[in-house]
Order: sequence, then C-alpha cells, then structure tokens
Amino acid sequence: MFNEILTIWSDQPGLSLAIWFAVLVLIMYLGRASSHQLIRSTGRSVYTTMRLASRSIAQLRANLVQRNTEIILGFGQQNMERAIEREFTRVNATVAKDLSAYPTLHRQISDTIEKIQKDYHESSQTPPLPPTWIEAIEAISAIERTGDPAVSGILDNIQNSIESAHKETLKVYQKASLDRQKLLGQMQPEWGQVAQSLTKVKGAVDGLNERADVIDQQMQRYEQIRAGEDSAARMLTSSSLTQFFIAGLVLVIAALGGVINFQLIAMPMSEMVGGGSYIGSMRTSDIAALVIIMVEVAMGLFLMESLRITQLFPIISSMDDTMRKRMMIITFSILTILASVEASLAYMRDLLALDREALTQSLSGVGVVEAQFRWIPSLGQMVMGFILPFALAFVAIPLESFIHSMRTVLGLLVVTVLHGLIVLARLLGNMARQVSKILISLYDLVIMIPLSVEQLLGSAMKKSKKTSSLDAEDSSLAKE
Amino acid sequence: MKSKNILILIMLAVLSACSVDSARPKSRAVYLLLDTSGTYTRELEKARSIMNYLLATLDSGDSVAIARIDSGSFSEKDLIAKATFDQRPSTSNGQKREFKRKLDAFIDSVDTGSRHTDITGGVLQAVEFLKETAAGEKYVLIFSDLEEDLVRGHIRNFPINLQGINVVALNVTKLRSDNVDPRDYLQRLEAWQQRVDQGGGQWRVVNDLERLDSLIAKR
Repeated sequence: MFNEILTIWSDQPGLSLAIWFAVLVLIMYLGRASSHQLIRSTGRSVYTTMRLASRSIAQLRANLVQRNTEIILGFGQQNMERAIEREFTRVNATVAKDLSAYPTLHRQISDTIEKIQKDYHESSQTPPLPPTWIEAIEAISAIERTGDPAVSGILDNIQNSIESAHKETLKVYQKASLDRQKLLGQMQPEWGQVAQSLTKVKGAVDGLNERADVIDQQMQRYEQIRAGEDSAARMLTSSSLTQFFIAGLVLVIAALGGVINFQLIAMPMSEMVGGGSYIGSMRTSDIAALVIIMVEVAMGLFLMESLRITQLFPIISSMDDTMRKRMMIITFSILTILASVEASLAYMRDLLALDREALTQSLSGVGVVEAQFRWIPSLGQMVMGFILPFALAFVAIPLESFIHSMRTVLGLLVVTVLHGLIVLARLLGNMARQVSKILISLYDLVIMIPLSVEQLLGSAMKKSKKTSSLDAEDSSLAKE
Repeated sequence: MKSKNILILIMLAVLSACSVDSARPKSRAVYLLLDTSGTYTRELEKARSIMNYLLATLDSGDSVAIARIDSGSFSEKDLIAKATFDQRPSTSNGQKREFKRKLDAFIDSVDTGSRHTDITGGVLQAVEFLKETAAGEKYVLIFSDLEEDLVRGHIRNFPINLQGINVVALNVTKLRSDNVDPRDYLQRLEAWQQRVDQGGGQWRVVNDLERLDSLIAKR
C-alpha cells in the first residue's frame, strides 16, 4: 500500500519521493499562515492551561500548608496542655505530699523556738557575784597580832568566818554557772531539729521552684503555639517527623515479635481447628493464630486506653473511673488468659515437633534418639508464649504516636507532591511555548525554497515599484 | 456512609480471599500397588522405603492406600492398609505409625509369590479408591515389573478411565527374557504408556528409587 502510494508519480522511488516532497512543500507553503497560527495558538493555549493549573495547584498547596500548620499547632497545643496539666498534677502531688505537713512542721519549729527562748531566758539569769571580801580578809590578815590573845582570837574568828562565807558564796556561784551551761547544752539538739526541719522545707520549696521553672518554659512554648509562630510550627513538624520514624521502627520490631509469636502458635493451632482446612488460600489454623495475636493487640490497646496511657478512643478515656477500672481488670484478665493459652500452645508445639521428629526417625529406620535437656527449649518456648502477648500489648503506645505523626508526614508528603506538580506544570507550559516556536522555525525551514523565491520576487517587485514611482515623479516634474 | 463503604470493602476483600482457590494446596491421594507375583517378592523390601517416603510426605487431609497385585487384584481383599489422615497432626502421626506397622507386618508375612499377575485389576481397584477420595491430586504407584499374566478367562483388555490420575511405574525390573531381547521391556513400557494415555492419565516411570523426591510435590 505504502509502496503503491510512493510510486504513484514514477516507477523510480527517488523521483517519486522528490515529487511527493515538492507537493508537500507546496501544500505547506500555501497553508503557511494557517499552520503558523495553529502551532502558535496550540503552544499558547498549552502554556496558559499549564500556568492556570500551576496556579490552582499552588493555591491548593497553600491551603494544605495552612491546614497542616493548623493541625500541627492544634496537636502541639493539645500535647502541651496535657504536659502542663501533668506538671500541675506533679506540683499538686508535691504540695500534697511534702507541704501538707507544713502546719505541723511550723508548729514544731515554733515550739522548739519557744523552748529555746525560754531556755535562753533562764540561762540569762546571772548568779550574784561573790562579794569582794578578799580585800577585807587581806586587811584582817594584815593586822598585827599584838599579843593580846583575846584580840588575836577575835581577829582569827573574823578571818575564818569571812573565808567560809566566801567559799560558800563561790560554791553557789559555781552551781549557778553549771546550771546555765546545762541549759545551753539542752538547746543544742533543738537547734539541730530546727535546722533539719528548715532543710526539709527548703527541699520541698526548691522542688516546687524547679517545677515552676518547667511550667514557665512550657507556658512560653504554649503561648508561642497559641500565637501560631512559625518557629513553633517548625519545631512541632520536626518533632512529628522524629516521632514518625521512631514509632515506625518500634512498630517494625513489634511486627517481628508478632511473626515469632505467630510461628509459636500456628502449628499447634492445627490441633484445634484442623491442619487441612483452608479459608481462601490460607490455612484456617494460620488465620486462627493471627486472630489470637490480633485480639491480644486489641486487648493491649484497650488496656493502655483504660490506663490513660494512650488516647486513641475518646469514649474510653472519657469513661468514669469505676467503669475504666473495670475495663482495665477485664482487658488485663483476657490478656493473661490469652498469654496462658499461648504458653500452653507453645508447649504443645514442642510436643508435636518431638512427635513428628520421632515419626520421621522411625520412618527413616533410625532408632528414636532421646535428646538431652529438651526441657530447656520447651520452657523457653512457654515463657516466650506467655511474655510476647504482654510485650505486644505495649504496641499501643508507638501505634498512637505513629498514627498522630503520620497525619503530619502525609500532609508534608502531599505538599511535596503538589510542589512537584507545580514545577512540572510550569515546565510543561514553557516547553510547549518553546516547542511551538521551534516548530514554526522548522516549518519555515522545510518550505525555505518557495519562501526564498517569494522573498526574491517581493524585493524585485518592490524595486520595480520604486522605479515606476520615481519615473512617475520625474514625468510629473517634467510636465510641470 | 463512610462506615458502610468500609464494610463493603472488607466484605469484598473476604470474598476475594475466599475465591482464590487456585492458590489453595490440593489434597492428595496415593494408591500403591505391590506386585507379589513370582520372583518380584524379593523386591518388596524396596517398597518399604517408598511407603516411608510417602508417609513422611503426605499431610493431614491426604489419603493413602496400599494393595497387593496377585492373580485377581480387582478385589478389596487385596487391600493391605488405607487411611485418610486426620486434620489433627497428632492423630495423623498415630495413623501413620499404624499404617507403617501394617505394611511391615505384610512384607514380613510374604514368603511365596502368587501364580498370576493381574496389574489391570489392581489399577481398576486403585481408580475406584482414588475417585472416592475426591482428592485434588491422584496418584497410582505401580511397584511391579509390569509383566501381566492373567488367569485364563479374566478379561482385562478394555480401556480404563484414568482422567486426572498420575500413573507412576516404580522399579520396573528387567526380566530374564528382556536381556535376550530388550525390545520386550521397551514394548511393555510403551504398551502401558499407551493404555494410560488413552485413558486420559499421565504416565511416568521412576526406576531410580533415590529420586523419589520428584514423585510427589512437597507442600
């Protein structure tokens, strides 16, 4: 068919092709203006459409960015409120624990101080000083005994009585001083007690000060979030991304734990639901094992919810305390029962594996070998079967973080995709415009021969027109 | 509205999962025919290893039977043991042990071979059993030299419906006469292959018992 059309002008393909080309050039030359118009308008319309599309996407992106920021700030605000509430709860606990006994402590300190004051007053009562009789004794001792025995006797008596009176007074003074010392000694432990009580109070007050500092910082951040500051939004976004990856990593670890758990219970499950029955392409025993693991995870979620560690289900966290406590007990009991079931299944798995091994050995003609220390892996499997459900229960915590941060991450991802679309639309629009220009030039290149002829003819005609007009001017001048 | 859509999606997912039957492993049924005629009785020890391989390979839900080929094999009396393995692995293991015990007892009890060899009768009996099991994969394993020697008056030269059945000849030993003219051996094999192909079955010969792995695909 193609060959027939090609050789329609001549049997020689080259010649025929040349004629076809000439025809094509002629047609293109004749339709040059329309073709140029078509190419130009197509390029322009694609460019305009793409510009319009990029603007619409940019608008959408801006809306999405705003929405994302609102969500991030809202989520951050919620978290901050929760953190501040927790700090206040801690302050409340500190006040209730350490400062509730403050009135008693205050009374103790007051009593002690009162006692110290009293002791101080008592100790301040100075005993009378012994009279200065030394001079009198010295004076009497210095009087010469003239030999009159009566006078000498009287003087000696006076001296003796003065000396004894002096000794007596000194003794009283010494006793009074000793009493004062004793009182001051008694005050010493009370000072220690006061110091101790004051240290205790200082500790409590310092703790409160620290908490107050933390609350101050959190309040500052909370105000930033409330004000919708960019720095707060950026900080929260980066925190969300970190949370997303960490929670994702923990979830992967939990999934691996789930796989191990599945391997532990899938085989013995066939003892319960049969090894040959299938639902779709999956063994019923495998599905049953998966269901048990899923139920464990669900129970873990409910347990964490009722403990108010996670807040995925508002209906649970808003329950009254009695109901929540009941739910906690029920979910924990179910989890324990399932863990026990898993432990028994793990043991059964070990028994089945042993039985299968024994059968294989007897079929291959080898005598059944009793393995030593078989109880160690059996026990290990049982413990794993019991522990893994509880470990899986904690998956609720990273799951909550993952879900919350995923919202931010997805938002960022969509914004990035939209940004890429904007760039692409602009690129395509500009490309269409440039391509239309190139196509017009190429079009003219194909029909360059008739165009050149046209240009030559045009210039010749212009020249002849000019000459004829000059001639006409000359003739008119000559007539004049 | 949203929850309704989710419910519909879940139902569709469950239905699609249920409809994927092609991925579900099919149950298997195996019928082993043991030739007890003439000198072939000396080969019976090898049958023990074949049956051990089968017992180790077959799973819960699979069926297995073992029967002897004698002068008139189209009879339930020639059935040595049969079992459809229980869904519970522990019970299934018990069944396998019992099966092995019966086979061991039979092999130990065989001392003289039967006078004639009715392989076709045995195959007919096997086809009956396999069809009753309604298994996805059906196998007839013929442990014999394939030399049929019928009792006078027994009619066996008619086509057998072997649609969907794999017929595997195991340990096809060469007879003394085959050594004189090997074409006899080849003709014997070809005749059986033709018969199986005409009946719609799949024919295979496994003489090397070390290659039993290829006999039945493991799950």
